Amino acid sequence: MPVKLSTTKDTGDTKVKTYRIFPPCPLCPLWRSVVVVFVALLAAGVVVGQSAASVPIKVGFIAPLSGPYVQNGRDILNGFLLYLEEIGYRAGGRQIDVVVEDDEAIPAVGLTKARKLVERDKVHLMAGALLASSGYALAPYIDSMHIPMVFPVVSSDDLTQRRRSKWIVRTGWTSSQPNHVFGEYAARTLKLKKVATIGLDYAFGWESVGGFQRTFEAEGGKIAQKIWCPLSVHDFAPYLAQISRDVDAVYALFLGRAALQFMRQYQEYGLKDRVPLIGSGSTTDEHVLPSMGNEALGVITALHYSAALATPSNKSFVAAYRARYNKVPSYYSESMYTGAKWFVSAIEARGGNVEDSAALLDALRKVKLADLPRGPVELDDYGSPVENVYIRKVERVNGELQNTVIETFPKVSQFWKYNPADYLKQPLYSRRYIPPPTE
Amino acid sequence: MIYIITQTLNGLFSAALLFLIASGLTLVFGVMRIVNIAHGSFYMLGVYVAYTIVARTHSLFLGTLAAVSAVAAAGFVVERLFLRRFASQPLAQMMMTMGFALLFRDAAFMIWGGDPFTLPYPSALRGSIEANDIVFPMYRLFVVFVAAVVGVVLWALNEKTLIGAKLRAAVDDAEMAAGTGINVALLSGLVFAAGAGLAAFGGVMGGPILGGYPGMDLDLLPLAFVVVIIGGMGSLKGALVGSIVVGLIDNFGKALVPELSYFTLFAPMVIVLAIKPTGLYGRV
Amino acid sequence: MAEFRQIGWKASVPTLVIVLLAAVPPFLSSYWVGLLTQIMIFAILAMSLDILLGYTGLPSLGHAGFFGVAAYTVAVLATAYHAGFWTCVVSGIIIGTLLSAAFGLLVSHVRDVYFLMITLALGMVLWGLSNRWITVTGGDNGISGIPRVMTGPITFYEVTLLIFIGCTALMMLFISSPFGFTLKGIRESESRMKSLGVNTWLHCYLSYVIAGAFASVAGVLWAYYNAFVGPTYLDLTASSEVFLMVTLGGPGTLVGPALGAGAIVLLKNVISAYTQRWLMILGAIYIMTILGAPQGLWNLRWRSRSRA
Repeated sequence: MPVKLSTTKDTGDTKVKTYRIFPPCPLCPLWRSVVVVFVALLAAGVVVGQSAASVPIKVGFIAPLSGPYVQNGRDILNGFLLYLEEIGYRAGGRQIDVVVEDDEAIPAVGLTKARKLVERDKVHLMAGALLASSGYALAPYIDSMHIPMVFPVVSSDDLTQRRRSKWIVRTGWTSSQPNHVFGEYAARTLKLKKVATIGLDYAFGWESVGGFQRTFEAEGGKIAQKIWCPLSVHDFAPYLAQISRDVDAVYALFLGRAALQFMRQYQEYGLKDRVPLIGSGSTTDEHVLPSMGNEALGVITALHYSAALATPSNKSFVAAYRARYNKVPSYYSESMYTGAKWFVSAIEARGGNVEDSAALLDALRKVKLADLPRGPVELDDYGSPVENVYIRKVERVNGELQNTVIETFPKVSQFWKYNPADYLKQPLYSRRYIPPPTE
Repeated sequence: MIYIITQTLNGLFSAALLFLIASGLTLVFGVMRIVNIAHGSFYMLGVYVAYTIVARTHSLFLGTLAAVSAVAAAGFVVERLFLRRFASQPLAQMMMTMGFALLFRDAAFMIWGGDPFTLPYPSALRGSIEANDIVFPMYRLFVVFVAAVVGVVLWALNEKTLIGAKLRAAVDDAEMAAGTGINVALLSGLVFAAGAGLAAFGGVMGGPILGGYPGMDLDLLPLAFVVVIIGGMGSLKGALVGSIVVGLIDNFGKALVPELSYFTLFAPMVIVLAIKPTGLYGRV
Repeated sequence: MAEFRQIGWKASVPTLVIVLLAAVPPFLSSYWVGLLTQIMIFAILAMSLDILLGYTGLPSLGHAGFFGVAAYTVAVLATAYHAGFWTCVVSGIIIGTLLSAAFGLLVSHVRDVYFLMITLALGMVLWGLSNRWITVTGGDNGISGIPRVMTGPITFYEVTLLIFIGCTALMMLFISSPFGFTLKGIRESESRMKSLGVNTWLHCYLSYVIAGAFASVAGVLWAYYNAFVGPTYLDLTASSEVFLMVTLGGPGTLVGPALGAGAIVLLKNVISAYTQRWLMILGAIYIMTILGAPQGLWNLRWRSRSRA
């Protein structure tokens, strides 16, 4: 300690006049605290170690339950719990226990929470994650811990392409999947020639726009402008002012409150009446659509789901979801409803044995379901879903805004019509788009 | 041309919001030498309180009134009960505001939940003004106007009234001011409350556009600091000039060099600090 | 004799703690081993800020910047350039230190609130760069896929423990040297030190650089621990958290900030498992600490000698 403090130790107390290696009194405060800490650590370790073995199947779930994407995270959780409620939280003859953690949509926090779920709560199976960046951050950890994880929403392309993760099973989609379809549709059916894109500046944005750009330009279209907004954007004014007025349409990629604010401001700055708006499905997805107004009417998007899909399985899902949560399900809700159905199906195939992680992973990859709310889904050789892509248009039906399905493209894979080997030779869609060699 | 005009108007809107927030921060620093880390929290509480009131009464006016008074009262209480104990230790006061920032943040999340929202536009100000191909939302122009009015009122209070004189005396030299009989303690409390109220007012004004969402307190705080640092701490004129400079740089920076948009914002701050730490008009 | 007793006392408690820390891993689950590793990494970071804040009296709200820059250096070199382990580690520490040497030139002439403001500004500049220089840093995505270099959590723990001991020893050596005493003098009264002929600018500058160097060490460790780097490593929240660790624990004693780091890491990870309100608890604890123990918890021992 800095200076020779008080002299109390040198006066009066005869005990401390002799030289001692250890502090004189085993009960003196410092000793006490050290001993207490050690015992506490030991006890905690023992307790934690003992709580690992248990009969129920433990599923760890991570999603943003606070912050700007809380709505999306809640929807994922709601869809998840809806299905588990339907089956009474039981599968393969065992009870299912869910441990929920909030990753605040920050990849670093997601990692911390994943550690807690895997190492402390000893879950048998993990599910969740929202942002593409979270997905990329979690993948190496999940692989190193040999725990199967279901990604119902994370659409980072590369997780099933160039940076394939062994232990992650994707039951959702890839960012570029519906956009490959959409690029062609925009050129052929919507007859668009020049498009400006504006989107969030991270993997989800780059991969969505990249997929769109590839097929749109292959059909002779041209992306005149590419504007990127940081994830923390709240005022779109500086970006909207940049949009050139002589494009045929603006393609927008947003989600959460950014989608809400963007729509509003797009109209306020007079663009809605002058330049038609199209985009990837998350921009008009049902997690924000009810909060939008007439500014959303007529926007055309592409996604692998719509709450307005008129199939029987979707109708019953939507009815059940509305009854339970009093709002319309979004693609996030459907994603983990399907995700839960998926892993329950794998658990049933394994007869309730989740302790053998490798076998469980194998079962997860072999699941094929046909009556999901979004339609039939199966996994390709790279572990990514092959499913329908729907082109939707926002319309007001019965006083409510909905994504009416105007066209369906069946059995779309992450590689669209390209040969996987050739596709993978192209670099991943990034901020700077590199056009493929002319075919 | 349209582009430049629109961006300038955008810049002025940002400047207006920043002025509302930064003026409170700079006054608090000028009189009390406190770096108020909880300032962003007052901004956030303002918009959240307004949200609740507006949801009940459908009146943005009432919401503003409620938000400003509630947050100003909270600020006064925090100052009197907690900050006053460390009257001559700015660092301890700053740390206290840090603790409160955490408290307010979690309290807001606990009370209002995590869903993002926007305040509704006042019906008279919905829509946009169109002139020659330039379309600009009416509400944003209104905010610029309101901020200008607030600026004039603050200036008048500062220069032309007794309380303003006392304030300026306390900023210049608190000990001497106390020596001439000015109740610096009460003044500090009032200033802190006023600062909180101004921040809340800024939050409500920005409500229809930026809305409210968890984490907004720390989103806007650095910007407010940039304004106060560039403009000079303790100076209202500095807050005005600083907010215009920052508003314009921010908007044009995002448009012209989006890769460096935060850099263009914070680098001038570093330069100003390195050369003249007290800022352009700082008197402290 | 009295000196030997003092040395004996001083050596025994730390030795005990080190022995405990070294012996404890086999008894704990990998979760707790991981938590202890985290605590040690942040303890190094907090202690580095303590040199600046506690011993020199310069409050920095941008200290996480060096932590983050070192982590990013490791990430970029490891993923984009596939550099070897030692290259990454050494480069991370060097780049972080060089950065603090460069920034130090800008900040060493200001004190108090202005120092606070300028370090906040510099921290924001770094955060802005990490967020927007996407080609290098990946922006909001961060950089993932840093190769794992240790065979397991226990190995990582032992390595971290060694580094922690080394850094703590170096820091203690540093602050108990004449240079360290001069820093404390500057903290207490700079004008007096100047009148004694001390070059206070140089002392503050070197203190800043050394603090930055140790922060870089922590940053390198954190990058490898998570195998991931993102802009949240160096934003205002991160810098505030380090500041909190130091002031909660007790500035001006290396032990205090280390304990503060432990307290906050435990609060974040363990308490958050039992209640959602851990942030509020942290805020409340902080406020109560400032009210009751303005010099931090560890300094409660010297309560009678309260410094201004």
